[in-house]
Amino acid sequence: MTMSEVIAAPERGGDGAAATGDVPPDYLRAASGVRSWLTTTDHKRIALMFYVVVLVMFMVGGLFALALRVELLTPRRTVMDAMTYNRMFTLHGVTMVWMFLIPAIPAVFGNFILPMQLGAKDLAFPRLNLASFYVYVSGLLITLGGMLAGGTDTGWTFYTPYSDSSPTRLLPVVSGVFVLGISTIMTGINFIATTHMLRAPGITWRRIPLFTWTIYGTSIIMVLATPVLGLALALVGVDHVLHLGIFDPAVGGDPVLFQHLFWFYSHPAVYIMILPAMGVISEVVPTFAQRRPSSYMAIAMSTLGIALVGFLTWGHHMFVAGISELDAGIFGALSMFVAVFSALKVFTWVATLYKGRIRLGTPLLYFFGFLFLFVFGGMTGVAVATQSLDIHWHDTYFVVAHFHFVMVGGSVTAFLAAAHYWFPKMFGRRYSERVGALSATAVFLGFVLTFFPQFLLGNMGMPRRYYSYPERFQWLHVLSTGGAFLLAGAIVLALGNLLVSLRWGPKAGSNPWGSRSFEWLSASPPPKNNFPAVPVLDFSPYDYTQSEEEAHARAFPR
Amino acid sequence: MNQLMRKLLFLPPQASSMAGEIDALHYVVILTTLLGAALTTAVAVFFVVKYRARGPEAERPREKPAPRPPVWFEVVVVVGLFGLFVLWWIVGFSQYVRARVAPPDTLDVYVTAKQWMWKFAYPDGHSSLGTLFVPQGRPVKLIMTSRDVIHSFYVPDFRAKQDVIPGRYTTIWFTATIEGAHQILCAEYCGTGHSTMRGQVVALAPADYARWVGQAAAQDLSSFPDAGGAATGAPSMARVGERVAADRGCLRCHTVDGTPHIGPTWAGLYGSSVPLADGQAVLADEPYLTESMMDPLAKVRRGFRPVMPSYQGLLQAPEAAAVVEFIKSLRDVPPAAAGPMPPPTGPLPSQPVTP
Repeated sequence: MTMSEVIAAPERGGDGAAATGDVPPDYLRAASGVRSWLTTTDHKRIALMFYVVVLVMFMVGGLFALALRVELLTPRRTVMDAMTYNRMFTLHGVTMVWMFLIPAIPAVFGNFILPMQLGAKDLAFPRLNLASFYVYVSGLLITLGGMLAGGTDTGWTFYTPYSDSSPTRLLPVVSGVFVLGISTIMTGINFIATTHMLRAPGITWRRIPLFTWTIYGTSIIMVLATPVLGLALALVGVDHVLHLGIFDPAVGGDPVLFQHLFWFYSHPAVYIMILPAMGVISEVVPTFAQRRPSSYMAIAMSTLGIALVGFLTWGHHMFVAGISELDAGIFGALSMFVAVFSALKVFTWVATLYKGRIRLGTPLLYFFGFLFLFVFGGMTGVAVATQSLDIHWHDTYFVVAHFHFVMVGGSVTAFLAAAHYWFPKMFGRRYSERVGALSATAVFLGFVLTFFPQFLLGNMGMPRRYYSYPERFQWLHVLSTGGAFLLAGAIVLALGNLLVSLRWGPKAGSNPWGSRSFEWLSASPPPKNNFPAVPVLDFSPYDYTQSEEEAHARAFPR
Repeated sequence: MNQLMRKLLFLPPQASSMAGEIDALHYVVILTTLLGAALTTAVAVFFVVKYRARGPEAERPREKPAPRPPVWFEVVVVVGLFGLFVLWWIVGFSQYVRARVAPPDTLDVYVTAKQWMWKFAYPDGHSSLGTLFVPQGRPVKLIMTSRDVIHSFYVPDFRAKQDVIPGRYTTIWFTATIEGAHQILCAEYCGTGHSTMRGQVVALAPADYARWVGQAAAQDLSSFPDAGGAATGAPSMARVGERVAADRGCLRCHTVDGTPHIGPTWAGLYGSSVPLADGQAVLADEPYLTESMMDPLAKVRRGFRPVMPSYQGLLQAPEAAAVVEFIKSLRDVPPAAAGPMPPPTGPLPSQPVTP
């Protein structure tokens, strides 16, 4: 641990605060001016910059979604033509996947919380962290530029050979996503290095807080899977411009090869989106139950299990694409393992409530929404991995409903839980619990109303990406559109509550939830270097047999 | 019970031989899913109510660590859950294999998809656009390819779907059990008109189907102007294929009477096991025959030199289909009439994949 001690030691000479015993200014006030933000290497400030941009992209993607839902109110043209609709669903997918969901929890809360949970003063490579933000913004600008220049209509999956010949601006969009991927890889490398090298003295692998475990697992996927996406998208872009025929059968290419490459990334990528969400829940539940997780190792190891098995299941996206029966059998069986690992986590969370001393709060309400939606959405994942059932469901609204249950019902719900749970940590203030509870309930109801009808649409046989549709599907589409507006309103209410509390919320104190997890050992908001001295963390982050004072005394011995 | 569940889940009519059993598995899986999610959430809510923090004890540290569930409980839960998933997998996979591997003696129809329409070519030479006529109660196999991008042939009433891919052939089979029209939808995004790429399968009683075939043959519905002779009435697809093979020079290297020449003979080829140059063997079915036209060097027959040029882009999809149909018509011509044959290989399975 000598290495990490050296690296994690705060700069005592810098502001002299720790030496003199004065309270150092928090990270928000440590320096002022736009320049101090744009050139900062403080992981907390970079996390906030990500937070702002990610939320803007969430709004943009949400507006695309509402436009799509409005168009689907009637079986024929409602407000836009087919070409616009097709571009719109592509933009919705690209924005939500690469600009919101993938960076959402890791780049915002991972960036802010992971070093603090390890007792470090920053990430291992602070400048790489800042660079990853600017690379992310560049990728975003390139993609958005491509969208403004006309966008593309291939869907976020860019399936060949349609994307080879699509008469739209494919190249800027795939180039932008390529650049976004570089940012993801930079973030992943930084988190892995930090987890290995910067753990404070005493933090063994069995004492790493569970949120950090899931961000670590996520980072492994980011580093191993994203290069394949970059490769596949680069080839599509080149094919589109130069007609090399890599994927176009008219010039000797293989269109199905692209699907293999794409899903080799994009299936693990869904775990980039859901694992951090599971990490948030794994922090919220022990804190609000005031007890240790019923099985720490079950959560930690199933995280690694999902990260690794996730690489072996991509073929379940291709059951009707002409893969052999044997392949379908193997990919189907391997997919079941992911469900077992996820179920382990679910049972552990529920068992953690057993004999707890449970206090209600907005993050815990989000946990209940998450629990129902994730279990239902996850088990419909097992259903679509069952080969004969997938024949009917593949490329219908059933699949759309399934992945929105996991991505919105799971990841977005957990993102909102994290936004509330760590709000006092990040800004030192509390939000209104009443508005929080109201918005959490409304998010759940709006969500169910939006996406439950889509399961039924899928059962009826409504295919995805349909601009016009047979009239028998209309009433369910109308229900779904109504739900979408309720959901959007609820999310605006939730974020508005936080925004108002930024300025007018009451002061929170350093640890309003009474959590024992390590990030709460510092002040809220934390000072620039996170902790007054290098903490000694030779105890569990879920040890509720010792009081907060005892934990402090052990972490910072005099 | 079946009909009640089907209506509760908004499933369309069960109009194929496979639909009923696939739906049965569907009911089990979805009910378990709903029950599992509801039960998990209910237990969590129960715990929150029962173990809510009361008064000042919430602030004191706990005297001893909170209890952990016993290990045997965890093992039972994980093994039980895994067992359930394996059960679904066994049933689902066996259904999938049966839904994918066509029975022998199907009625074969060639399907060409293009932006944004479906075209069906029947073995006796006529064709139809948008509407596929099939006899009720008889297994029908569709041999499908696309002329542009990937499409997907989807009939919700049959619980059947298969991607249709340019440059290669994929197949799907079904037996329609309910007479009448069943909607075809394209399920793979294929451009601006994707959602308008619909059609229907019309299942006719066998007698009606025979009558329809007679009428269709009487009207000239031939769709192969390239093959020439279309004006003389609708030739069978095999006849069209013979003409294409002659026009395109296929017969300069391939014989139809069993004698090997520059290329292997076509006599008795269809359905046989073809020994390859690399020691493997392959079943001479529609996909293999088509691949050998489009990418001849992919699988070269043992004993022949790799000299055949690719016909990619030279043969239209219906022409290639017609040549395949011609080769199929030669399946009963004895192959070893004269000349040396390539050395035989060991015993081979008659199907490429068995479950």
